[in-house]
Order: sequence, then C-alpha cells, then structure tokens
Amino acid sequence: MKQLGLLLLVPVSLAIGLWAGPVTLSPAELWDGLLHASGDAAAIVREIRVPRVLLAFLVGGSLSVTGASLQALLRNPLADPYLLGLSGGAGLGAVCAIALNPNWPWAVPAAAFLGATGAVALVYRLSVVSGRRLDPRVLLLAGVVVGSFAGAIMTTIVSLSEAAELRRAFLWLLGGFGSASWRAVYVFSAYAAVPLILLLMSGRALDLLALGEESAKHLGADVERNKRLVYLATSLLTAASVAVCGIVGFVGLVIPHVVRRLSTPMHRELLPVAFAAGGGFLVLADAMARTVVRPLELPVGAVTAIVGVPLFALLLRRNYT
Amino acid sequence: MILSGSNIAVRYPGTSTRALDGVTLDLEPGRLVAVVGPNGSGKTTLVRALLGHLPLEQGNAQLDGIPVGQWRRAQLAKVVGVVAQREEVVFPLTVTQTVMLGRYPHLGPLAPIGFHDREATLKALRRCDIEALAQRRVDTLSGGEWQRVRIARALAQQPRVLVLDEPTSSLDVRHRMEVFELVRVLVTDGLAGLVVTHDLNLAGRFADRVVLLDGGKVVADGTPSEVFRRDILSDVFQWPVAVTTWSDGSPQVIPLRVGEEPVEAPKS
Repeated sequence: MKQLGLLLLVPVSLAIGLWAGPVTLSPAELWDGLLHASGDAAAIVREIRVPRVLLAFLVGGSLSVTGASLQALLRNPLADPYLLGLSGGAGLGAVCAIALNPNWPWAVPAAAFLGATGAVALVYRLSVVSGRRLDPRVLLLAGVVVGSFAGAIMTTIVSLSEAAELRRAFLWLLGGFGSASWRAVYVFSAYAAVPLILLLMSGRALDLLALGEESAKHLGADVERNKRLVYLATSLLTAASVAVCGIVGFVGLVIPHVVRRLSTPMHRELLPVAFAAGGGFLVLADAMARTVVRPLELPVGAVTAIVGVPLFALLLRRNYT
Repeated sequence: MILSGSNIAVRYPGTSTRALDGVTLDLEPGRLVAVVGPNGSGKTTLVRALLGHLPLEQGNAQLDGIPVGQWRRAQLAKVVGVVAQREEVVFPLTVTQTVMLGRYPHLGPLAPIGFHDREATLKALRRCDIEALAQRRVDTLSGGEWQRVRIARALAQQPRVLVLDEPTSSLDVRHRMEVFELVRVLVTDGLAGLVVTHDLNLAGRFADRVVLLDGGKVVADGTPSEVFRRDILSDVFQWPVAVTTWSDGSPQVIPLRVGEEPVEAPKS
C-alpha cells in the first residue's frame, strides 16, 4: 500500500512539474501543448518543461539509487552520492570553468564531470590497499580527504573571483535545472543507462554486502568484484548528475531511507522504487524552485533540503516513538 | 570426506610467524569436529583457509576433491553454510528476509524467488524453531534468537557442510545448549559439522572429534577424552585445570583457582 503511494508519486509529480512554471498554463493548454506541435503553449511545454521535468526525474532517480547503493556498500546510513569526494572534484572543475569563462556552453558541465571523475580516480587509487582489495573504510576516509582538498582549492579560487562570477559559482554549486534541454536529457540518458542498469542488477549483491564482507562471502557474493562495480557505477552516475545540474543534496541521502521504511529494505525492490521516488521528489522540488519566487528561481538543492528535512524528521519520529 | 585441509600453512602479510603451520583436518557427513584453542591460536584463520578466503603458503584445502580456490563463490555457498563469528546489522531486515538471503547462491542476481526457495526458507525456520519470529525485525531479537536466525540462513543454503565460528560466545547457558543441541541434530541428520568454540565443556559433550590448536599448530587431535587431558590443556592454555568425566563419559574441564592443587577432581 505504502509502496503504491510511493509509485503514485511519479505521475503526480510529472503532472505538477509540467504544469508549474513562470507562465501559468491551464490543464487544457498543457494537454494541447503536449499533443500538438504548434502554438505558444506547445513551445513552452515541449521545449522547456518536458525536458526539464525529464532531466530532473532522471537525475533524482539516479541520485537516489546511488545513495541507496553506497549506503549498502559502505554499510553506513549516512552515505550519500557526494561522500566520496565527488562534489569537491566537480565543484572545483566547475569553478575553474566559470573563472576561465570560455566561450562554450558545455564548458561548466564538462569541467564538472572531469573534476568529479578525477576525484573518483584519486579516491579509488588511495583506497586500493594490499593488492587489489578495496577497503570501504579507507574509501570513506579517502573520499573525505580528497573532497576537502578540492573544496579548499575551490574556495581559494572563488574568494579571488569577482562578485558576478562568485554568484554564478555559488548558484551552480547549489544545483538547478535552469539549463535543461533535450540535448542534456539525451546525453544524460545515454550516459547514465549503463551504470544505472548495472546497479539495478546488483540488488542481491548489495543485500549481501550490507551484511559485511565476511558474511557476504559466505553467502556466495564475489565481494571484490561487486565492491568495485558498485563504486564505479555510483561514481559515474553521480559525476553525470553533477555535470547536468550541479550539486543537489538530500535526495541521495534521505530518499533511500524513506523507501526502506515505507517499502522494503531488500535492494532488488528498493532500488527501482527509490529511483521512482527520488525522481518524483526532485521533479516536485524543481517545480517549487521555479514557482515560489517567480520570475526568479531558487537553487533546487536548497528546496530539497528545506522541504525534505522536516518531512524526514517527521518520518523518523513516527518510526521511533 | 567433503571438506579437507592438508598440511595447511598461512602467513599474514608483514608477519614473521605463520598463523597456521601444517594443519590437517577432514570433515565428514554426520560428524561434528570442534576446533578449540587459546585466543590467537589460529582457529578463525583455519576456517578462512578451509573456505579459500586466504592464500595458502603451503598445503591445500579441498571441497569434494577440488581445491577450494577453484570453486566459484556461489557454487561453494551451495555446499558450505557458514555462521561467521561477528555480524553487525546496519540495515535490519525481518527474520524471513534474513533467512531468504541463504537462497541467493541458488538464485543468482536476477532469478525470481520461487516456490522451492520459499519452501527451503520455511523449512530452515522450522528446523531452528523460529517460525514464530518470522516477521520480527532482527534488531529486536535476543542474542540466542539471532544466532538461530543465522543458522537458519545457513541451512537455507541447503549445504552439506555447516561451519560455525564461536556461535555461543555471548550466550547464556540455555541458549548455548540450544545452539549446540540444534547443531548436533543437524549433523547427526547428515551434515558435516565444524564448530570453533571456547567452550571446552560443550565441545567435550557434543563433538565427535576435537582439534586443539596452539600457535597455529595442531597440539592434539582425537576424541574429546583423548584431547582433554589435564597436562595438555594446562600447558596450552597456560592455566591449571582439572578434568573430570560426566556420566555420559564426556570429559569436563574445570579451571583451578590460584593456589588450588592441580589434582584430578572426583568423578561424579
């Protein structure tokens, strides 16, 4: 029943996401815009809102699946997609691109992606101890260290930049879908498909990894292979998400917990439900971000936390009292 | 024999002494082997070596005549069920969900859970007498109940070998007895059993054979009466003990107080 509620979130959030925006459209206009290719409504719906909603849904779903997978891999309920140094690396890349201001629209996402993958590679290299073994505890520490280092350099660059650049960098870091386009949807889908499918297929391996390495081995898991696969897949997914929308916090940390409580803790079912719930949640947060103070936009990362934290606190209270 | 280790030696990286040195051990259906010894004597290392989790410096470990290293993990888990020493729960499941994890070696990543898997899970729950707990979350269980759940999970693997590493270390008398009674029945019904334990008296009563380790070497190997001798145990554990015999003939070990005379305790 609760699972059904979570899945119902998907069509509801998509509808609200398409409807909300600086230009108010009636449901009839919205429907017309979706069905017919001509007219103002069609231009708004088809070229702006649909890609934006789709991108938010895909990114929210990916972050949520990533968070759930990392929490199991690291056996840590506090794990989120940005824990392993990715946000620092991505932020550094993006800030460098903003400071250099090259004349290419994809410069910031590309630099963010490069920064994130660079951080992943560095963290991975630091965490592979004694032969080819990947130690999740070292992974966690290496992630924090690399993230902090990148963050420090980023702060240095930002503090030396001009006010306009600083504002741009700050807004980018808090995340948003203002630059969503069909192209971004295609690029992200093509890129995210493989890691996402790999993670969705790793549900049972994650159930076992969550028990700890020793027990996982006894229950037949190829622990080293699974650890590497999950780590690389989650890293690539997060890097792609950061590249298209900046750093959107909270979704990857909390949606997995909500789904665990309301639906199931078994990852084979948890991951797809988390994808749907994370996607729906981020679409709603984005809809709020662009309507609450219109025509201005709030960073979606701020909205996810402002709305999500009280909800989650309520859920925690209900479950523990 | 199903699982056997022959002349096994293991050295952990960066250490000068061997953690295991020339250990030989066979497991057979219907027989329970207890591995005992002081802390750090190599008991858990022996379990890991037998299961192919550690590289061997010397000797070999075989399952059904094939070196364990050549077994795929999932295939191995269909033959050997293990209850490891420690397992901390981070994301609590229900008892049924936990026991169902024992079906994973049979299912692979994608196959749906079928009738046979549910049957095996239910049978394991019944066998361990935890059907009534089926829907409880495992973080609400007592220590004894949790151990039974883990044994049930190993049984759901439908193994031929059952390995338990210190299954009773934090349990009270009743729960210790329940675990050993359960393991004894499972082994008598046909499993090959290996139990690592610090409880010499339970080993003495339940095991068919005892292997006493000290410093990675086998100090004594035989029936409980052959291994549990006052001189051997006092020497290995570096503490004076007396050994008496219970009415069923099993040896019982009594550690002596400081200053107490190391004489044979009266037979009961």
